[in-house]
Formats: sequence, structure tokens, C-alpha cells
Amino acid sequence: MLQIDLWKRVLIWAVCAVGLLLAMPNAFYNRVETHNDAVTAIEVQGETPELVQKSGAWPSFLPSSLVNLGLDLRGGVHLLAEVQVTDVYQARMEATWPELRNALRDAREEVGTIRLQPSDDDALRVKISRPEGMARAIEVARELSQPITSITAAGARDLDVSGEGDVLIVTLSEAERTAMDERTMQQSLEIIRRRIDEVGTREPTIQRQGADRILIQVPGLGSAEELIEIIGTTAQLTFQPVVGRGSDPDASVAPGQEVLPSLDEDGLYYTLESAPVVTGEELTDAQPAFDQNGRPAVNFRFNPTGARKFGEYTAQNIGNPFAIVLDDEVISAPVIQSHIPGGSGIITGNFTVEESTNLAVLLRAGALPAGLNFLEQRTIGPELGQDSIDAGKIACIVAFIAVLVFMFLSYGLFGIFANIALLVNVGLLFGLLSLIGATLTLPGIAGIVLTIGMAVDANVLIFERIREELKSAKGPARAIELGYEKALSAITDANITTFITAVILFAMGSGPVRGFAITLGIGILTSVFTAIFVTRLLVVMWFERRRPKTIEV
Amino acid sequence: MRLRLVPETTNWDFFSRPKLWLGISVVMIVLAMLSFGLRGLNYGIDFRGGTTIRTQSEQSVDVGAYRNALAGLELGDVTISEVFDPSFGDDQNVAMVRIQAQDDTDSVAPETILAAEAALAEVAPDIKFVSVESVGPKVSGELIQTAVIAVALAIVSVLVYIWLRFEWQFALGAVIALVHDVVLTIGVFSEVGIKFDLAIIAALLTIVGYSLNDTVVVFDRVRENLRRYKKKDLKDVLNLSINETLSRTFMTSITTLIALIALFVLGGDVIRGFVFAMIWGVVVGTYSSIFVASAILLRLGVKRDWSKTDGKAGTQFADIDA
Repeated sequence: MLQIDLWKRVLIWAVCAVGLLLAMPNAFYNRVETHNDAVTAIEVQGETPELVQKSGAWPSFLPSSLVNLGLDLRGGVHLLAEVQVTDVYQARMEATWPELRNALRDAREEVGTIRLQPSDDDALRVKISRPEGMARAIEVARELSQPITSITAAGARDLDVSGEGDVLIVTLSEAERTAMDERTMQQSLEIIRRRIDEVGTREPTIQRQGADRILIQVPGLGSAEELIEIIGTTAQLTFQPVVGRGSDPDASVAPGQEVLPSLDEDGLYYTLESAPVVTGEELTDAQPAFDQNGRPAVNFRFNPTGARKFGEYTAQNIGNPFAIVLDDEVISAPVIQSHIPGGSGIITGNFTVEESTNLAVLLRAGALPAGLNFLEQRTIGPELGQDSIDAGKIACIVAFIAVLVFMFLSYGLFGIFANIALLVNVGLLFGLLSLIGATLTLPGIAGIVLTIGMAVDANVLIFERIREELKSAKGPARAIELGYEKALSAITDANITTFITAVILFAMGSGPVRGFAITLGIGILTSVFTAIFVTRLLVVMWFERRRPKTIEV
Repeated sequence: MRLRLVPETTNWDFFSRPKLWLGISVVMIVLAMLSFGLRGLNYGIDFRGGTTIRTQSEQSVDVGAYRNALAGLELGDVTISEVFDPSFGDDQNVAMVRIQAQDDTDSVAPETILAAEAALAEVAPDIKFVSVESVGPKVSGELIQTAVIAVALAIVSVLVYIWLRFEWQFALGAVIALVHDVVLTIGVFSEVGIKFDLAIIAALLTIVGYSLNDTVVVFDRVRENLRRYKKKDLKDVLNLSINETLSRTFMTSITTLIALIALFVLGGDVIRGFVFAMIWGVVVGTYSSIFVASAILLRLGVKRDWSKTDGKAGTQFADIDA
């Protein structure tokens, strides 16, 4: 006979109740969101009467997790950036040159005079005047290399050194490149995060994707260009010795030197030593300020190492110009008037107040170790998102009502049972989505509507089966029991196959498509649960009470 | 009185005109492939790179003026189309502007977008850019690859699952039906020229799931009936099974279609293509589970002696007998 143990009944109702309770906050989306925002704000900045009042918008003993709205519904900016990890190699080799030069000069007896050769790949090529001293040169260069401290590259060193005739070639080892890529990515992520935090937007997503990509999503922002401006600027600040100035961008220079344009004056180019004296990495602080003429400027301070290097350099080069370079453009090239020991200074240029504020933010947050390439950018206006939500809501409600009516017309009382189960199903679906903090996207709404349509499938399978069993006149109780038993195999097979496709979609898809996969997959779970357990329980409870001699399905 | 979509008992012969149904399917597939070959798909920027700008303004859209405004920028291929939707208010005039990927870079150039926006703002001062999406050719290439892998992977894993749960003939029948559905859907997209983007891949995979759902229900009944009527002709067993499940097949298709049509009409223009794909998929999927999957099963034949292989081929539930 139709029997369900009491503990099972309790469990089924408990699951439904918990699911519906978890889903409830979504019905009061704005209130709960105000509450949640206020609670986070209180945690960060302490209580204010206003915040406490806002947090009272939703009672704190009730669940308050919400389904996140995807960018296509909330509006915002989505960016996919590629970090140009190889940028770092060249800078690294440039920084190695002074060290190598000094070491080789110390071994002048054996290797003779040295000369840096131009090189188009990221290698240092040094020509030595005594080829027979190559073995010694290689030894000297090897001594400069450091062991790499990483688990995967145990025992490897960071520089590969070889000799070719009278040319010494120093390159980064493969292991060092991998380790550097990793560091570059970590730094880039950290710096992008800091910059976005400085600007202060809500709930940005900053995620690493694959080997060299970063996904950035900022809800509520109106334009991608704004965001690109903030995070796309490398803000690589260097202080470099000036060799000369002129108007020829293609002026021929000695190896180890470079020609960079002036930021403000068109047609003015500086020839600089490529290896910087100090870099922006050694800044501890940067603040917008004004110079003695009242023009916007940026004050900065070096950390102790930076201050020492800067102090030594200025002491030795009084009367020579040095260049302040930002992202390969010379901001200014003042002449060193005196020894600057304190480690602080001021950057002046033709800034507006806004520019100097931005520059200070960028310098404080740190320079990106490498340039960013934007591969994908999407901006969705909040109005469009709201339109989509509104349209989706109406469509869901209409679909829902139509299916409810159709089920009632087709199956009568049993149709009502299925309808109750369908309501529970949508409740559970939202409850689970909120619980796991899933993101609802526009295709996700389509997934819910599809789930509404398909959720009745399991019930239809069962009811049709009961109808068939009734024809063989075994009595209503037996027919119901058999209906459930025999439909089960079809239900499991049919739903598992659909679930497989949902899993694949989730694994392969991204963004909105993934949102669709989540609602589809969870929808399958909840619809099977409600069909097998909830409707069955309803049917059994009804049957126990009425004990009908005949039933019509 | 109950609403019945099909008579209570049906005894229709679904295999009386095998050549006709097979012919229809083959002709449709050939047409779909021809359309795909000749017209090609209207790929969205997800798959071929480029920029789309969705504009909205209070004054009506003047496509010609927009085109002239952008002509001076030398952006290559630019398409501008006005979007109509019953859900728009009177002051909502929406257009989609699509700019091809600029070939010199593999990244997105914000300057291009800003220039285009500025040019459009000149002809329509109150214009708003409600969404701007831009995909570089590098990513779009990868997206195509991922999409193709996803669809292939879904089909293969389903093949394996059905093979494990049933017999290889069933798996092959189901998968041919799936390929049939996917090909016809792609054919419709190339013929109608609806934008084919990432979301459509999601729709394709859902169609795979739905069509399969339908096929599996029929096959489940076939398996059951094969055990019950050991002497019956395979054709009769198939016919019986399809007839027995016919009411369910229609019920489920209709409820799903009701829900989808509601979304198609009311859900707004952004997901209309996506929903269209699913509606088409439900119709084709229902058709194919009967006229393709089962027909192929009939052709392939099936091992009838289920009693000996019950242990691995049967299902744990199917053994429960009245």
C-alpha cells in the first residue's frame, strides 16, 4: 500500500520549508540589499544611526542571502585583460646590465674591454675584446645568477649564460621566465584590485583566468573607458639619467640607452640611460599637491633603499639633468641643484588637478609590472538590465500561470498537486541559488522559465503511468504505487542526461551561459525532488484521508 | 472533463511510411546544410570579433544618418539596424550598430568606440549607449573553439551514458537524432539570419538535453515492452511504446512550449533569438525522438534476449514487477 514513514514526511516538509525560507529574501530584493549593504558598512566603518536604521529594513534573524544579479541584469562593466608578461623580461635584463658590467670590469685583466651589443630579443650580448677570456667571462656572469626559490624549479638558476665567439650572451632561464610570469600575474591582480578599491565601487570581481588573463567585473559602472583609464595605465615611474636632448625620435644611441618623447613638449626627445636610478616601486607614498607656483603637482616619498640610492645619485651628479619618466614619456627633466638626502620630492608638469590626483592614486597603488591588453569589453547600462529584469519577471509569471492552468485542465486534482509541487520547486530553486550565491543572468531567467516548463515532465510521466495502470483495473492504490515505481526509471534517465549537458555547459561556458547552466542544473535537481517526493506525499496524504474507490487522473 | 491532447488510446502506426519520414528528414538536413554553406551563419561578435553598440534615443532612429555619421571614421564594415519590440515605450527608439573587428590589433581599442559614440551623438544629441560590447579577434577564435568542443562533448557523453544504460543501438539512434536536431537548428539560424552568439550555444546544448529527454522516455518504454512482449515484432513493440508514451510526449512538449512562448513574446528582444532556438529545438526534438531515433532503432534492430544481460544492461528499477 501507499506508505511513507513519518520521518520521511517530516524530512520532506523540512526541506521544502528551509528552501522556501532561503528563497524568501529574494521577494524583498531591495529591502534585503539595503540591509546587507548597511551591515557590511557597519563592519567596516562602525555604527552610525543612519546605517543602523538601514540595517533594520530586514530582520536580522531571517536569512539574508540573495541571488546575485549578473552584469547583464544589474548593469556594469566587464573586461577581459591580457597581461603582457613578456614585457617584464626586458626590464629585468636592463636592470641586470649595470651589475654585469661592474662584475666584468672587475675581471678586466682576463676579458679585456667590454661593449654591450644591440639585441632584439630579451638577452644581453656583450662583446669582449679578449675572446680567450670567454671562459672567465661566463664564470663571472654565472656567479651573478641566483637559484630560483620555487617548488617546481628546484635547483634551477635564473640566468642562462653562454658564449658565442667573442660575444657573451646572458638570457633568462626557462624556469625563471615561468616564475616571473607567475609573479607578474600575482602583482597585476593585486595592483588592479588596489586601484579599483581606491576608486571605491561595490563588489568588483577580479579573477585570474588561465595563464595570463584577468577578468574584471565592476557592477554599476557606466562606461568601460573610465575603468580602462584607471586600470589600463601602467603607471611605471622611473628616474633615469639624461644623456642628451634633441628633436629626432630616431636618433642613434649607444646600447643601453633609449630615446623617449617629452610628455608636454611636442617634438622634444630625450636620450636616457635605460637602467633607472630609482623606480616607482620604491615609493612609499604619493599625494596630490601644489608646487611653489601654485600648479598641481605630486609629492612623493621613497622608502629607505630608494632614498639612499636617490641620495647617492644626486650627490654625485650635481649640475646634471635627470628625467622623471612615466610610462615611457618624460614628464620633466630637472637639473639636480643639490644633494637630495631626505628621499622625498615633487613631480611637476602641466597637470590639471584631476590628473595630479589620478597620478597620485596610481603611484600609491603601485605600477603594473606589465602592460595590459584588453581582449574583451562589455558595458551594459543599468536601464537595459532593469528592462530585462522587468520583461523576465512578466514572462516568468505568465509562463507560470499558463502552465498551472494547463496542468489543472489536464489532470484535475492531480494537476493541483503538481502545481503545488511546481510552486515549491521554483521556491527551492531560488533558495538553492541564494544559498550557493549563484549569479542570475538573463539566459539564467530563460533557464528558470524552461525549468517551469520541464519540471512538470516528471509529474506528467507519473500521472500518465497511473492512468495506464488504472486501465488494467488494479484499484486506485495499486495504480498509484505502480505509476510511481514504473515511471522512476524514465525520470532518472531523462533527467540525468539533461543534467550531463548542464554540467558540460557549466564547465565550458562563461558568464551568462554559465548562469544558464546553473539554473538549469539546479532546476533539474529540484524538479526531480518535488516530483518524486513532494507530489507523492501530497497524493498519499489525500489518499489516506479520502480512501476513494475510484480515482480519475 | 479533462483536457486531452491525444485520444486516450491511440494505435497509430508510425512506421507505415518509413521512406517518407526518412526522406523528409534527409531533405531537411540537406536544406539546412545548403543554407549553412550558401548563406552562412550571422555570427555575433562573440564569434567573429568586433563591437556592437546598442543605442537608445527619444527621437526616432534614422539609420541613414547614423551610417553617414560613421562613414567618415573608416571603420570597415558597419551594420546598423533598428530594433523593434512590443515592450518598448514610445520614447524608446533602439538601434544596434555593429562594427567589424579592426584588423590591426588583437585587442579592443577604446578609442574606436569613443570615436563612434561621439559621431553618433552628433546626429542624435540625446542618444544613450545602453550597452557596448566589444570582443577582440583573439578571444572570439577561442570562443568558437570552446563552443564546438562543448557541443561535441555533450553529444559524446550522452552517447556513452545511453550506451551504458541501454544498448549501443539505442545510443546510436539517440545520437543521430541529436545531430539531426542540432543540424536543423543551425540550418534555421542561417536561413533566418538570427544572430548566432554564445547564448545560442547554450540553447543548442539545451536542445540536446531536451531532445534526449524525449528520446530516453520513449526508449525506456521500448526496453520495458521488449521484456514484456518477447515474441512481438520489434516494429510493433516500437509502435506500442510510442503510442503509450504519446500523451506524455505531447503534454511535456506543450507545457514547455507554453513557457517558452511566454518568454518569446514578453521576454524582450535581448533573449528573443535564444528563446527562438529553444522553441524550434523542442518542436524538432519531439519529432526526432519518434521519427528519427526510433526509426533508426528499427533499422539497426536490437538484441531481444534481455533476460541474460539483465545484470548489466537492465536498470535497477525495471526489475520491479507487478
